[in-house]
Amino acid sequence: MPSSVQLACEIRKSVLRMVHRAKASHVASALSVVDVLAVLYGEVMQLDNKNPKAESRDRFILSKGHACAAVYATLAEVGFIPKEQLNTYGDDFSWLMNHISHKVTGVEFSTGSLGHGLPFGVGKALAAKTRHSSWRTFVLLSDGEMDEGSNWEALMFAAHHKLSNLTAIIDYNKLQSLDSIANTLALEPLGEKLQAFGCDVLDVDGHDHSRLAEALSQSMGPKPTVVIAHTTKGKGVSFMENSVAWHYKNPTDEQLEQALLELECSNA
Amino acid sequence: MRNAFIDELIAAAQRNDNIALVVGDLGYGVVEPFAKKFPERFFNAGVAEQNMMGLCAGLASEGLHVFAYSIANFPTFRCAEQIRNDLDYHGLPVTVVAVGGGLAYGNLGYSHHAVQDYSLIRSFPNMLIAAPGDPMEVRACMRYLIKNPQPSYLRLGKAGEACVHSEVPEVEPGKWLTVKSGIDGGNAFLSTGAALALTSGLVKNHHEFEDLTISSLPLWGMKSKVLQADQLKKFSRVTTVEDHLIDGGFGSWLMESCVSKPDLLSKIRIKALDAKVCGMVGKQSTLNEQGGLTSELLCE
Repeated sequence: MPSSVQLACEIRKSVLRMVHRAKASHVASALSVVDVLAVLYGEVMQLDNKNPKAESRDRFILSKGHACAAVYATLAEVGFIPKEQLNTYGDDFSWLMNHISHKVTGVEFSTGSLGHGLPFGVGKALAAKTRHSSWRTFVLLSDGEMDEGSNWEALMFAAHHKLSNLTAIIDYNKLQSLDSIANTLALEPLGEKLQAFGCDVLDVDGHDHSRLAEALSQSMGPKPTVVIAHTTKGKGVSFMENSVAWHYKNPTDEQLEQALLELECSNA
Repeated sequence: MRNAFIDELIAAAQRNDNIALVVGDLGYGVVEPFAKKFPERFFNAGVAEQNMMGLCAGLASEGLHVFAYSIANFPTFRCAEQIRNDLDYHGLPVTVVAVGGGLAYGNLGYSHHAVQDYSLIRSFPNMLIAAPGDPMEVRACMRYLIKNPQPSYLRLGKAGEACVHSEVPEVEPGKWLTVKSGIDGGNAFLSTGAALALTSGLVKNHHEFEDLTISSLPLWGMKSKVLQADQLKKFSRVTTVEDHLIDGGFGSWLMESCVSKPDLLSKIRIKALDAKVCGMVGKQSTLNEQGGLTSELLCE
C-alpha cells in the first residue's frame, strides 16, 4: 500500500486525465478533496476491496457529488474498480457518470443535488447505533453546500441522538459556484455555528495528511464530529487554484501536460 | 384508517425487527403504542421533512423497512427531491405515509389539502402508490407492503371511515378489486383511495345502478400501467373516481396506460376534483361536493 501522499498524487493525475478525456466540469472541486480521500481510504477507513459490502465496513458518502472523479480515481487506486474503468468516465451509458453513482462498486449513495448526503449518512449512523455496530459513517460535503437547510436539520438530529459514529467533513475551499463564500452567503463563524448545533468541531489544513489522519481517526463522543478541512480549490495545479472558472472548465491538451508536470509525483 | 395502519404496523414489527417508524413530529393519539413497544425503532425527526426523508433512506439502506409518517403534503411535496433521488432512484424500502389524503383536513386550509399528491408520486418510476379505500384495504395494503418492501406511498384518510369490505381483501399492484359485481360487458366505477366511499354509497342508495360493477384499485403506479388494458376490455365504460385533481391524477394515469389504444381510451370517463376547490375552506364533504364529488354528481 502506498503512502497516502503517494496515493493522493496518483488520484490527482487520474482526475486530470479523466476530466480532460471527458471534457467534464468540476476538476477544481475534485482536486480540492483529494487529500481528504487519500487519508480516508489510505489510512482511516476500515474497508475490504474483496468484499465491498462487508457489514463491518466504514461507510463513506460523497455529498458533493460533482467531485466524483476524485472518488472514482480513489476507488481504482485502492482496488475497488479496475483502473481501465476510469477511461469510461462521462461516456454514454458508463456507470461512471459525472455525479457520484451508487452503481459503481464501493459507492454507497448517489448524489448530485446538494444537501442529500448528510441526512442519508445520519440514517446510516442511526442504524449502526441502534444495532450497536462499531462501524463509522463519513460524509464529505462542500462548503457552498452548507447553504442547504437540510444539512442543518441533519446536524440537529445527529447531535440530539448523540451520533458520535458520524463524521462530517466540510471541504472549506471558500469558493462556490459563482463567487467566494464570503460574497455569496457568508458561513462564518462556521466553527461556532457547528458547535452551537451540538457538534465537536476540528479545524485542520485539508491538505496536511498527518493532521487529517489525526482528526479523522478520532471519534471523541458523545457528539457527532465535524472536521472543517481548510482546502484550496484546484489544489496541486497552479493555474487551477482558487479560480471559479475551473469549477467549469476542462483542460486543453497543453494544460493537461502542464498540470501533470506540476504534480511531479512520479517519484513521490 | 389511521388505527388500522398502526395496528398492522405494530403486528408486523412484533414479527420483524427491521420495521421502523419515523414521524415528522405528528401522529398524536396514533403512534404512541408503537413508540412504547419499540422505542429503539421509533424516531421523531422533528419538524424537518427533508432530513426525515433522507435519514429514512439511510436507515433503509441498512436493511430496515421504514415507515415515514406525517400529514398532508409534508412528507411528499416538502421533501419531493428526497423521495425522487434518495428513495425512488436507490430503490430503498421506505413507505411514505401521509394522513389526510384528499380534503380530509378541509377546514385546515390549502396547506393541508392533499389533492396533488398522486401527480407527484406517480411520476417516480419505482414508487408504488397504496391508496386504500377503507380500513380493510388499509390492512390489505400494509400486509402487501410489509411482504414486499419497496419505495412506496401510503395515502390514508383520517379516522372513522366505514368499512366497505367485510374482510381484508387480497391486493396486488395494478389489479382491480371487485367490490360489487355487475353485468358482463357493462359499466364500471373504478375508484382509488377514499373515493370508494362515494362509489359504494352510490349503489346502496340507487337501485338503478345494480348492473354496475364497483371496483377499487388500492395499489398502483407507473409499473402497473401495463396491467390496465386487459381489465378495461371487460367493460363498455369505466368511470374513475378520485379525491384528487384531474391533472396528474388516477383517471389520467389510467388514460395514459392505454394511450396507444383509442378503443379503450374512449371507454374512460374521469370524475376528479375540480381545481376550483384549491384555496376553498370547508368540511371534507362540503369541499368534495364543491369539487364535483358526491354520489349524486357521479350519476350525471
